[in-house]
Amino acid sequence: MTSNSPAPPPIANHPPLRLHVPEPRFRPGEEASFDGLDIPAAGSVRQPEIGAAAAEFRDLAYTLVRVLDDEGRAVGPWHPHLEPERLRRMLRAMALTRVFDDIMFRAQRQGKTSFYMKSLGEEAASIGAAFALAGDDMVFPSYRQQGLLIARGWSIQDMMNQIYGNRADRLQGRQLPIMYSAKDASFFSISGNLATQFPQAVGWAMASAARGDTRIAATWCGEGSTAEGDFHSACTFASVYRAPVILNVVNNQWAISAFSGFAGAEETTFAARGIGYGIASLRVDGNDVLAVFAATQWAADRARTNHGPTLIELFTYRAEGHSTSDDPGAYRSAQEARNWPLGDPIARLKQHLIGLGEWNEERHAAMDSELAAQVRADQKAAEANGILGHGLHQPLEMMFEGVFEEMPWHLREQRQAMLDEQKAAGL
Amino acid sequence: MSDHQSVLAQAQAPDLAEMTMIGAINSALDVMLARDDAVVVMGEDVGFFGGVFRATAGLQKRYGTHRVFDTPITECGIIGVAIGMGAYGLRPVPEIQFADYIYPALDQLVSEAARLRYRSAGEFTAPITVRSPFGGGIFGGQTHSQSPEGIFTHCSGIKTVIPATPYDAKGLLIAAIEDNDPVLFFEPKRLYNGPFHGHYDRPVTNWSGHPSAQVPTGYYRIPLGSAAVWREGMDVTILCYGTMVHVVADAVAEMGDVDAEIIDLRTLIPLDIDAITRSVAKTGRCLIVHEATRTGGFGAELSALVQERCFLHLEAPVTRVTGFDTPYPYSLEWAYFPGPVRIRQALRAILDD
Repeated sequence: MTSNSPAPPPIANHPPLRLHVPEPRFRPGEEASFDGLDIPAAGSVRQPEIGAAAAEFRDLAYTLVRVLDDEGRAVGPWHPHLEPERLRRMLRAMALTRVFDDIMFRAQRQGKTSFYMKSLGEEAASIGAAFALAGDDMVFPSYRQQGLLIARGWSIQDMMNQIYGNRADRLQGRQLPIMYSAKDASFFSISGNLATQFPQAVGWAMASAARGDTRIAATWCGEGSTAEGDFHSACTFASVYRAPVILNVVNNQWAISAFSGFAGAEETTFAARGIGYGIASLRVDGNDVLAVFAATQWAADRARTNHGPTLIELFTYRAEGHSTSDDPGAYRSAQEARNWPLGDPIARLKQHLIGLGEWNEERHAAMDSELAAQVRADQKAAEANGILGHGLHQPLEMMFEGVFEEMPWHLREQRQAMLDEQKAAGL
Repeated sequence: MSDHQSVLAQAQAPDLAEMTMIGAINSALDVMLARDDAVVVMGEDVGFFGGVFRATAGLQKRYGTHRVFDTPITECGIIGVAIGMGAYGLRPVPEIQFADYIYPALDQLVSEAARLRYRSAGEFTAPITVRSPFGGGIFGGQTHSQSPEGIFTHCSGIKTVIPATPYDAKGLLIAAIEDNDPVLFFEPKRLYNGPFHGHYDRPVTNWSGHPSAQVPTGYYRIPLGSAAVWREGMDVTILCYGTMVHVVADAVAEMGDVDAEIIDLRTLIPLDIDAITRSVAKTGRCLIVHEATRTGGFGAELSALVQERCFLHLEAPVTRVTGFDTPYPYSLEWAYFPGPVRIRQALRAILDD
């Protein structure tokens, strides 16, 4: 008998096996309705004590922590009671992120860079966390947490220089646009590989704990990336050593064209991934910046008091394509973003502030135009240092720097060969 | 005079001790844990137990569980966590229990550790030294015998170091730990407790009495990127590293009539190219010996470099003696292993050319 023999015929009365391949509910051109989605009322979820054992609140992995209700009121035990000025700063950071995204997306369409990724609709996932963390807590972001850097007051021009890979790019033109690195903002170098930052964040947090430091770490990945081994390695390490780290899963429903079902969402929540590891786990309305703030603050307090890691699923919606390289209209219903039942994070905070009497439409419009003018001015200044592929780039020999601390002979030789090649080409 | 001999000449007798390669590696870790409180040792079974090969024996007791600790069985996690610790400011020395287990960590090694300095323009670095026993000769089968160094030498941004003696193991490991770039430190496990000459059917030898087992008890370093001339000669240059250095030396000695120059590369990246070209220019012949599989192995790179740089000196084709392109075959290990017969035949062919 050879290994190519057909399988034997079924025996007994077993039914034929069936393979389940997930299929999203809505495809292009179809009506998208989220009526069946279970959305608990704002304020209805309890807040455990900071030191509570993770096993005491496993139910919080299957619900949604929400603070802002449909009328924009902040309610319930997770209400963080922030000063209006702080709320306005959060609103401004979200609005700045959105206008920055918008302008850089267009810069890509204008051919000024090769690639861009917006965070439209999920700005709160970054901004809410950034406001809850200390400025020197180390963040290990994925590629869609530009809001962290913006909330920490980083230079917009510096970010643009990186996107353009121009002569002022601190990263020396070596990295794909938006893969920022900003050590001075305690912002780790972004990788394009998925979830690699998860064990790294845990390692940083373990080192901080081993050294008796007070700083904690936080990291983010998408729901699709939770399928990576790195995610599970990180959860194991975080749990085993009770690392002072916050593990955020931004569930924006889509991983390029694969809906969250391909990461396991048909069977359970992403917050519930933490339960098997014994990690405190919360599922949070990611479009409610106050809920994100409160959950992060709670998790940070746990980490800082040696109660270990927290896994936070931020339930949100990616309102744009994955990047400038895909057309979401080709794989999902355009109605999804419009009908997303948890609204828009900026609109919700704005409504809340107006309800408090601390904001109004005129001030909002003025803020938007002021931010747009500011970002356009930054763009002009950044473009004075060059755009991708138009002359004002880093010196060519920079490509050989920084592979190692000291350049070995083979790279010195290759650098010379490159320079000779340029000379021969008359460049 | 070799650097070993010169160090020994300068050293005072009380500073020396006879060490196996395992003892020398343990001593290097001990020295570095004591010198630099940023150094941490981590890996599967390295803590209380002291490592499956005893390389970390006694270290946890001496330095505590914050400096020397066991990890979960996830190589991806071990390296990822080490990178994060490095970013914090520590200097981790993770162990991958067998080089055959390193593949789950490949992404963290080649896409993260090796790229971090470059992609962040030096803001973040990965000053980690990954120790891992490699190579065959212990009937380890296909999952405890591999030599994967060629996978890593192909990737930019990571150094690869392979010692062949207790003295080199300690000095190179200290230099690797102090290096601010990621280093893969592959330890030839067949040499841990004694030199091995490729004669599986002869009694096992130990390091006792071997000159290179005389190891300073304190701190010293051998710079990465410097090869060692194991034996000077005029007829042919033999490039090798790890276990194969001893196998080659013994084969040459037993032949009796071949004046071979044997170069122990010690570091593959960065490579001591001058030592290679100087020797081949002198001998006009070159044999490359490694235990790893043949196709696309580091020997192919060495062969290309010698051909590019020494072509006019060459009097015979550059030749490779390697493992075969099969998985490491458990019970047929000694037919796979590039032993004395394969080396002898290759040398005769080169010298007859």
